[in-house]
Amino acid sequence: MERKTRIEIAKPGLDGHDRGAKYIARALKDAGYEVIYTGIRQTPESIVATAIQEDVDFVGLSLLSGAHNELFPRVVELLKAEGADDIIVFGGGVIPEEDVESLTKKGIQAIFRPGTPISAVIDFIESKKKTTAA
Amino acid sequence: MELVKGITAGNIRSIARAVSIIENNMEGKEELLDELHPHTGNAVVWGITGPPGAGKSTLADKLIQKERDRGKKVAVIAVDPSSPFTGGSLLGDRLRMQTHATDPGVFIRSMASRGHLGGISTAAFDAVKIFDAAGYDTIMVETIGVGQTEVEIIELSDIVMLVLVPGMGDEIQAMKAGVMEIGDIFVINKSDREGAERLKAEVEYVLMISEKPEESPQKTICMTSARDNTGIEELYEILQSKYKEDLESGFLTEKRKRRLTKELSNLFYIKTREFLEEQLSVQAQMDSWIEGIYKKEIKPYKFISEKMKELTKEYVKG
Amino acid sequence: MQESIKNRKMEWEESVLNKVLQKFPERRETFTTGSDKPVERLYLPEEETKGDYLEKIGFPGEYPYTRGVQPTMYRGRLWTMRQYAGFGTAEESNERYKYLLDQGQTGLSIAFDLPTQIGYDSDDPVSMGEVGKVGVAIDSLKDMEILFSGIPLDKVSTSMTINAPAAVLLAMYIAVAEKQGVTRDKIRGTIQNDILKEYIARGTYIFPPAPSMRLINNIFEFCSKEVPKWNTISISGYHIREAGSTAVQEIAFTIADGIEYVRNAIKTGLDVDQFAGRLSFFFNAHNDLFEEVAKYRAARRIWARIMKEKFSARKEKSMMMRFHTQTAGSTLTAQQPDNNVIRVTIQTLAAVLGGTQSLHTNSKDEALALPTEDSVRVALRTQQIVAHESGAANTVDPLAGSYFIEQMTDEIEKEALEYIEKIEKMGGMVRAIEAGYVQKEIQDSAYRYQKAVEKGERIVVGVNKFTVEEAEPKGLLKVDPALREVQIKKIKEIKESRDGSSVESSLTALKKGAADESVNLMPLILDAVHAYATLGEITHVLREEFGEYRESIVL
Repeated sequence: MERKTRIEIAKPGLDGHDRGAKYIARALKDAGYEVIYTGIRQTPESIVATAIQEDVDFVGLSLLSGAHNELFPRVVELLKAEGADDIIVFGGGVIPEEDVESLTKKGIQAIFRPGTPISAVIDFIESKKKTTAA
Repeated sequence: MELVKGITAGNIRSIARAVSIIENNMEGKEELLDELHPHTGNAVVWGITGPPGAGKSTLADKLIQKERDRGKKVAVIAVDPSSPFTGGSLLGDRLRMQTHATDPGVFIRSMASRGHLGGISTAAFDAVKIFDAAGYDTIMVETIGVGQTEVEIIELSDIVMLVLVPGMGDEIQAMKAGVMEIGDIFVINKSDREGAERLKAEVEYVLMISEKPEESPQKTICMTSARDNTGIEELYEILQSKYKEDLESGFLTEKRKRRLTKELSNLFYIKTREFLEEQLSVQAQMDSWIEGIYKKEIKPYKFISEKMKELTKEYVKG
Repeated sequence: MQESIKNRKMEWEESVLNKVLQKFPERRETFTTGSDKPVERLYLPEEETKGDYLEKIGFPGEYPYTRGVQPTMYRGRLWTMRQYAGFGTAEESNERYKYLLDQGQTGLSIAFDLPTQIGYDSDDPVSMGEVGKVGVAIDSLKDMEILFSGIPLDKVSTSMTINAPAAVLLAMYIAVAEKQGVTRDKIRGTIQNDILKEYIARGTYIFPPAPSMRLINNIFEFCSKEVPKWNTISISGYHIREAGSTAVQEIAFTIADGIEYVRNAIKTGLDVDQFAGRLSFFFNAHNDLFEEVAKYRAARRIWARIMKEKFSARKEKSMMMRFHTQTAGSTLTAQQPDNNVIRVTIQTLAAVLGGTQSLHTNSKDEALALPTEDSVRVALRTQQIVAHESGAANTVDPLAGSYFIEQMTDEIEKEALEYIEKIEKMGGMVRAIEAGYVQKEIQDSAYRYQKAVEKGERIVVGVNKFTVEEAEPKGLLKVDPALREVQIKKIKEIKESRDGSSVESSLTALKKGAADESVNLMPLILDAVHAYATLGEITHVLREEFGEYRESIVL
């Protein structure tokens, strides 16, 4: 049996605008993935603990408050500290283009900005997902 | 096996990986479970089931807290249905337990009831073994009590909590046939709502008229409002005393052995089916059999009996 | 003109219009079109076609207020142009407010950062990355004093987007005003204070519903006696719409929230007419011009009827739905951001033709970052052009009588009432929220909309059609990440300089009061604020007593 791809969708920080996160979660479910949705106000610590317990392949972060430069890299750091840096982190939300490069450098593998079609997210997941047993 | 060492040492990552292995039926699953077997048998398994919106996850959240207050390690397996169309699933039960996410003594794992070979019940209980071997004292399995699969999972628990809420009288009527029988404790949640007392009376009535074997222990009803943390203490007490009673009376041992019986026979079926499917997959062979039966050259029952004997020999040879 | 309409018009002039004209004359003697044709105050049908004009549509400033809450509408006074602003420190925001007032803005609208909105101080670990980001950081009365320094609080009206800790921020505002020598009865403004839509759509809740509703009632009661010119709540559909609801859902869920607040306040012993006149609403303005206009008109009519029939309100003011509008943030695109100016213009027209009392227009760069000063000015100019050049403000309810608009108004009203009834049957809004029903309805609408955009069934210019390769505009506003350190230092200074024992005693008194449901917490919060207890300290005491809400969503 093919290993199912598991994706955590989480909202770090304090903003409650979960329209985008919920949309992505639902659209990825419809695309056949197993999505673990953790809701709003998640700390980087709880996001990482969840990612490890749930043995996910991807962590998708959504943030609209502007705290992405602080919080996204923190998730990557914590994953690394837990020896789980094989988990791929991507992000989305109100993120200016000028922040994208530094976020990528810090290990966030893709940033999806407003207006990105869901097919782009799926293409990204398909290109990165593990095809065999971990 | 490296992974077994990690699991028995309580390594989170190893445990998580192991659950994926059994969920996906990956290489090494059987060996892993065999290696873990000696380390199991110490955990208590609570089943939590009930209709959507009954507050099962919130209840689990509060019970986790109770166990943590007593220094117990807790694992939760939250099972949600997956879409029959896309195979995808949106697992959101842990949302209500997220305050425990960073507690090293709590492990929450979401599972989709996707097409597991042998059903989700096998996967869920293989996961229970992993958590058991990893040293978790209490393992909660949470499902929506609607279908046969969920009933199967829950049946495998040591103690089953059936969570009900006021305002679903019709459902009670519909449920009494199957699901009502599997509950050991009936939790009437959201008991601050109108209709809670009426629901309690209805449950009492159904329990009274339902036939049950003489030796089975008394079923209990407990009123809670998990959101406000009321009734949780009482429920927790009931769980503790019930466990003690069932253990002392030998009921639990019996139940666990029944569980093993079921599991073992289930494994036999799976294994046999796997083997048969492989044997029957040779199309040319099948075609020749069908041709014979069609032309009345072969008697079907006689043919099957002979074939089974042959296949059994084949199986022994490996 | 038919006799019945003519007679009613004369009655209206006599009983409603003239009284208002005496007190508030219109802006001009006569109003004319761009080509100097005269424009009348009010246009009426020649005759009753279906026989229900008088009952359903009627006259402006008169029940059921379909045509507006004032008889002269913008001929008397233009809507309040109120740009929501705030970022960084109190010092920076103070500068922005002074700039906006200089540019002809007529009211202030304060945006707070997320830690403030959720009752955390800037030095709390969860505030990491969020301090000063979406609004100004307020930790103690000290910050509030800086925020309004040099702004006379008897002259401006101030709207504060604050919900869960609204009581604390209102107390701080009162304290600042009093330090300026402005007494409580003179200050004017609004607190959003709408916790139900936080559970539904916006997410900045703290406490569970029951204690949250108590805080709201405490504010209603306190203000009805002490701060009579204060709008104690702004029942908001804006965020419900932003979360992806339809226009019908926006007004239905907002009005259902309103019903819950009114019912709750009455249950605690307040008389409906004692507080209902201070209730205000807050709606979204989307791109579909005519649907939006019909939406506002339907909302006014529904609210008036509910207040009169369901809650037996007697005062006219209690039945009037007064509302603030903001253009739709969710319609702004990061692609070709200049196009957003045009979207905002259409939305401005919708709000004005729908009879809003005040308006915030979004800036074109808000899909990318916080708006710069330049783009905020263009947004304000958009309102000013509609007000002074378009002629839309020269007659009352200009679209009334359009077959399309009237029928659309009726349909929206009907569908909204169906939702409201369904929620009432579930036991009211708190129940519907706890069951996740409202959230799920909105989520489904949002999903349908997004799918339609993805499939190209809905065109979003510059996003899924008419796209260009473009570089992102430069010079977006950045909030200094070191700002948190500045706030942390301020908190440290405050904690060192204040009288520790009065902080402690005021917080102890607050905790005791919180445990007793019959106590109004406003005076106790005011004491704590005066003692320079921080927002986080005050909220913490309440968290301990009330517990915290956890989201209930159905996926």
